[in-house]
Amino acid sequence: MLVQKGKVLALVGNHAVAYAVKQAKPQVLAVFPITPQTTMLEKLSEYIDKGELRAELIKVESEHSAMAAIFGAALAGPRVFTATASQGLLYMTEMIYWVGGQRVPLVAAVATRAIASPWSIWDDHQDFVSKRDAIWVQMMAENVQDAYDITLMAFRISEDPRVMMPVMMGFDGFILTHTMERVEVLPDSVVDEFIPPREFKLIDFDNPLGIGAVATPDNYAKYRKKAMEAMERAKSVIKEVMANFEEITGRKQYGLTECYMCEDADYLLVGMGAWVGDMRVAVSRLRERGKKVGLLKIRVFRPFPREEVREALKGRKGVVVFDRAYSFGSGGVLSLEVKANAYGLTTPIHTVVAGLGGKDVRPRDIEGALEDLTEGKLEEERWLA
Amino acid sequence: MIDLSEIPVAKPAKGSAGKTGTWRVLRPVIRYDKCTRCRLCIMYCVENTIDQEPNLYPKIDYDYCKGCGVCAQVCPTKAIAMVPEVK
Repeated sequence: MLVQKGKVLALVGNHAVAYAVKQAKPQVLAVFPITPQTTMLEKLSEYIDKGELRAELIKVESEHSAMAAIFGAALAGPRVFTATASQGLLYMTEMIYWVGGQRVPLVAAVATRAIASPWSIWDDHQDFVSKRDAIWVQMMAENVQDAYDITLMAFRISEDPRVMMPVMMGFDGFILTHTMERVEVLPDSVVDEFIPPREFKLIDFDNPLGIGAVATPDNYAKYRKKAMEAMERAKSVIKEVMANFEEITGRKQYGLTECYMCEDADYLLVGMGAWVGDMRVAVSRLRERGKKVGLLKIRVFRPFPREEVREALKGRKGVVVFDRAYSFGSGGVLSLEVKANAYGLTTPIHTVVAGLGGKDVRPRDIEGALEDLTEGKLEEERWLA
Repeated sequence: MIDLSEIPVAKPAKGSAGKTGTWRVLRPVIRYDKCTRCRLCIMYCVENTIDQEPNLYPKIDYDYCKGCGVCAQVCPTKAIAMVPEVK
């Protein structure tokens, strides 16, 4: 297929995601406004008002209802979407697990934001990572283009019959949602071809099914095992969808992880989300000063790219994981994931907890920690707080 | 096509949970001399175990009736008696 050139627009993250959603043509949306997602909801309503998006936007009274509404709608066949953040995502939690367990294909965007208390409207990843065990595919965007790309791919991955799972697209609140960047958007016709018509439909009056029924212990365990297998299968489906997307857009998609300057690196930095952009700067600066450092970006958080991460850790003199979420009493959430896949390896793995509740992190902060790592001066866990 | 064995859905079918009539403690017995064939018991039966041929009296399927007693409660002529299964 020839590379398809679409328009180049200047969009803030929320509008880029709304644009992708419009092109994916969902028929039912249920969204409750919450900072920093609100402008996305506003844009979607505007599209509906102008007749550019033919969808029912259900005005719900809470995030719990938003997810419940699209859960029910999705069972009847239409493509659905919601978006939330922080406290909203927490309030949605019960239904998040319901749709995950029921294996309902749908897409939710999460404009990541810190969790109270204390109250905060700024960015970190605590909300996003808290949904790691809910049988959802979770992907994280680095920039606005990435948020647009992942949203389109999310619909296709979610509805793939080999996966049949909800997908969560995380993108950093304010840092991406409210920042205007150059975005290449695909022509509508190309998106139509990229995302095939949805096949998932459970409500059929000629063939009635019970949904949400109690499962006996034997059946419960069986379905959980099937979900585990589907999550493993999703890895190859995600790679396949990304490869196809790369072919269409000409934009490199890399896969579950991306290795930046890490082929010959002695020291490796691991990160996820928008600050990966700053990490690239930090790594490049250190390279200019002759330090052999590299960067591993985690693009897909669930299914966690175990094999890729393990492979990337091998033979390094030191690794530092930058964490924007913390499991109190244990460690940085991403660090724990990385460490779990380093079992048996001797590479020392350090953690830097930073950017909590939107605390500013500059490339030179990242550079400093990475330089300390190369000089053996980095503690096992450092807090930039 | 979606693979229904992959996701938790229930396919309702008669007897899929075994013969639930064995759960019964009280047995509904219809006194046909009092029954007016109003069909209320059929409509209210939560387990769909009461059936009726056209113009005939209702009949309880004791293989699946759990003995909940809803039919006896709704019967306007008190034609259904709940009789202990064990004396």
